[in-house]
Amino acid sequence: MMQLALEVGQTAQPEAIMFWILGPMAVAAALGMLLVKKAVHSAILMAFVMIVLAIFYIAQDAVFLGIVQIVVYTGAVMMLFLFILMLVGVDSSDSLTETIPGLRPIAITAAIGFGGLMVSLLGRATLGRDAIGLAAANADGNVEGIAMLLFSTYVFPFEVVSALLITAAMGAMVLAHQHRTTARPTQRQLSINRFRGASLGTAAGLPGPGVYARHNAVDVPALLPDGTPAPTSVNASLEARGDMLDYKSFDLAEVNTQIEEEK
Amino acid sequence: MDASNYLYISALLFTIGAVGVVVRRNAIVVFMCIELMLNAANLSLVTFSRINGDLDGQVMAFFTMVVAACEVVVGLAIIVAIYRSRRSASVDDASLLKR
Repeated sequence: MMQLALEVGQTAQPEAIMFWILGPMAVAAALGMLLVKKAVHSAILMAFVMIVLAIFYIAQDAVFLGIVQIVVYTGAVMMLFLFILMLVGVDSSDSLTETIPGLRPIAITAAIGFGGLMVSLLGRATLGRDAIGLAAANADGNVEGIAMLLFSTYVFPFEVVSALLITAAMGAMVLAHQHRTTARPTQRQLSINRFRGASLGTAAGLPGPGVYARHNAVDVPALLPDGTPAPTSVNASLEARGDMLDYKSFDLAEVNTQIEEEK
Repeated sequence: MDASNYLYISALLFTIGAVGVVVRRNAIVVFMCIELMLNAANLSLVTFSRINGDLDGQVMAFFTMVVAACEVVVGLAIIVAIYRSRRSASVDDASLLKR
């Protein structure tokens, strides 16, 4: 790895070692984001990529941005993603089957084309001089330097961005606000629906999972008094996730209830 | 180390993000891939700032972060709104205009 690092780059060695350890890890995590099935795992890998990018920023003398990256991205944004994942839950869109035929080969071909173009472009482009580095620009400190630019040259964009932030907050509130279109059902109405509904079976409420079943666990359907399992007793999200145990094996008709005397 | 190595990794991350936007179906994962693309662009801005020896690139990256934060807030609110009405976070299911 050192040899490779020395071949590609010539200056500060600790940075090269850091780069050649963290860089491939970041790319692998980003690839993993595409390949893992569950959205939560994608989010964790994404958080890893963001932390690596923060380290890259700090290594490139962008201390302020590195800290902001950790606070804003891995702190706030990924938190928000996980929060929405909890709200939305797991559904069929997590599966990796392709719905549009031939989409995946086309996408991968286009990606290889695009990536190859970018990399070859970067490989051919030359600046004609070495990188200057930020030692001079950061002489008074990185935060002070950015503040100086932000409140002089870029003060108008800065104000516009603050307006954008407020607008986004308002927009999120408007979009997420739910207006009830029908009246909320009263206790009386709910009770009537339960007894006059399609089936009287739910009149006394649904059985809890694991009740009278052989395992007293939430992923095992309850057994009804006649010995048949009741799949409705298991939480719907457990069922959607495929975590419900196969209830056929708990059917009393299938289970051997003969007692053999031991000698 | 040559600073342009960061540019290569930025190009790779951007490409991976673009593939994710096209290939994945879960709207939240698609959104995360867009974030990955934005972050890749940020990395090249920071690298260019180092190559050129001034802080303008870092200020640009700072603005990108702010806009990305706004975009996440509004985008996730839209995903939640769609999920409420259609009970699905799949980008394939939101196809009313097609029919």
